[in-house]
Amino acid sequence: MFCYSVDKMPILNDISGSFFKEKITTLVGPSGSGKTTLLKMCNGLISQTSGEIFIEAEPIDSIEPTSLRKSIGIVLQNAPIIQETVFDNIALPYTLQEKILTEKDAISFLEIVGLDHTFLYRQAKDLSGGQKQKLSIARSLVNNPKILLLDEITSALDPTSVNEIEQLILNLNQHSRVTIVWITHNIEQAKRIGDFTWILMNGQLVQSGKSDILTASSNEQIQQFVKGVQEI
Amino acid sequence: MTYTALSLTLIFVLIPLVLSRTLKLNLEKDTIIATIRSITQLLTVGYVLKFVFESESFIYIFLMIALMIITATLNARKKGKTIKGITWKIAATLVIVEAVTQGILLTFEIVPATAQYIIPISGMLIGNSMVLSILFLNRFTAEIESSRDQIELILSLGGTPKQAIHKQLTNAIRASMIPTIESQKTIGLVQLPGMMSGQIIGGADPIQAVQFQLLIIFALLTSAGLTSILIGFLSYPTLFNERLQMIRSSKA
Repeated sequence: MFCYSVDKMPILNDISGSFFKEKITTLVGPSGSGKTTLLKMCNGLISQTSGEIFIEAEPIDSIEPTSLRKSIGIVLQNAPIIQETVFDNIALPYTLQEKILTEKDAISFLEIVGLDHTFLYRQAKDLSGGQKQKLSIARSLVNNPKILLLDEITSALDPTSVNEIEQLILNLNQHSRVTIVWITHNIEQAKRIGDFTWILMNGQLVQSGKSDILTASSNEQIQQFVKGVQEI
Repeated sequence: MTYTALSLTLIFVLIPLVLSRTLKLNLEKDTIIATIRSITQLLTVGYVLKFVFESESFIYIFLMIALMIITATLNARKKGKTIKGITWKIAATLVIVEAVTQGILLTFEIVPATAQYIIPISGMLIGNSMVLSILFLNRFTAEIESSRDQIELILSLGGTPKQAIHKQLTNAIRASMIPTIESQKTIGLVQLPGMMSGQIIGGADPIQAVQFQLLIIFALLTSAGLTSILIGFLSYPTLFNERLQMIRSSKA
């Protein structure tokens, strides 16, 4: 169980639960419910103000921060990129470790996310939203993470790109055995790809379980939220 | 210069006052305060310098320099309020800049070790370092604010705080040094520097005035480089905690 507060205002309160290894867990909930905060805590970008978070029984506070962040990748909302080429972006995790990523390896990472070698020396800022998102995913894979945290990575994409990225994440989960935690506002997407779902509201974990809780829950708050999202 | 002539220079204060009143710029109060402060501060400094020069005591030289550093620090720190311990960081930077530049000037006997040389040169160097500190802190805090997602991206991929903030740090260092470098490119062509002009008006040989001006502009280059780099490297670690996380701040 853990909490996170800013200036004594609780952002996450009494959160207790598990993300299952090699499964896909989706996080859903209204804006401001603390989903992004939760992901950043798992990646070590922020720390809980009380309680503990464990990765395979090891408290994350006891893991050296750079090692933790390499083993738990995060793809942040809006896919931030560095203003250089696609190659520079893909190679960034290696550059930070003063290692060299070969062109061949960079192309293979691009191919995993469905971008071909012709993208390698393009300026990253010139890519479309979907391509930037794919580039962000490819970049997060360079560290070979065992857990991948995804923050609304398809929210601004067209249906084709959404479908491509969902297939890509399913492949990573099924073939590379990467544990996925995915924030989404799309209830259908959460049901489609999630093995499990956490529903967060006002900084609290209201319910967690198999993804059918989104439609089968008797919780009135959840029913209203799901109905509201589907009407948008 | 006679006191009558000095009094007549107030015409240069009247002109902007009249313009401000006519155009409703609302700058009259600030102009009058600035004028009174200039007269009071400079006359006080003039009498203090006269006393220090005549006393020939290194204690007074030291006290004058300490006063300059304290005043410059208190002025510059306003721009870096969000950086923990910024007062001491600026003070340490100014002390190091002063020690290095005066150390070189006095060790190699480039200027005589007298109050007449040490104090004015210190004033120019510390003043320049103060402006550099303000420029650096302004730019650095703005860079951090506008590129939080980039900094967070590098941290999230396993980068260190130094790697995460490298671009913002070097941008701020460059931006704060550029005015010093650029002004030196046109020196003598567009404007005659104040110190050199003052010496020439005072009757000094123009070539000797140029030599002293060169000494100052070269020393300013060192002070500019040292100031920005020292403040930068002293400041950035305080933006992160021991878990290599950016410390939350209302405006940093």
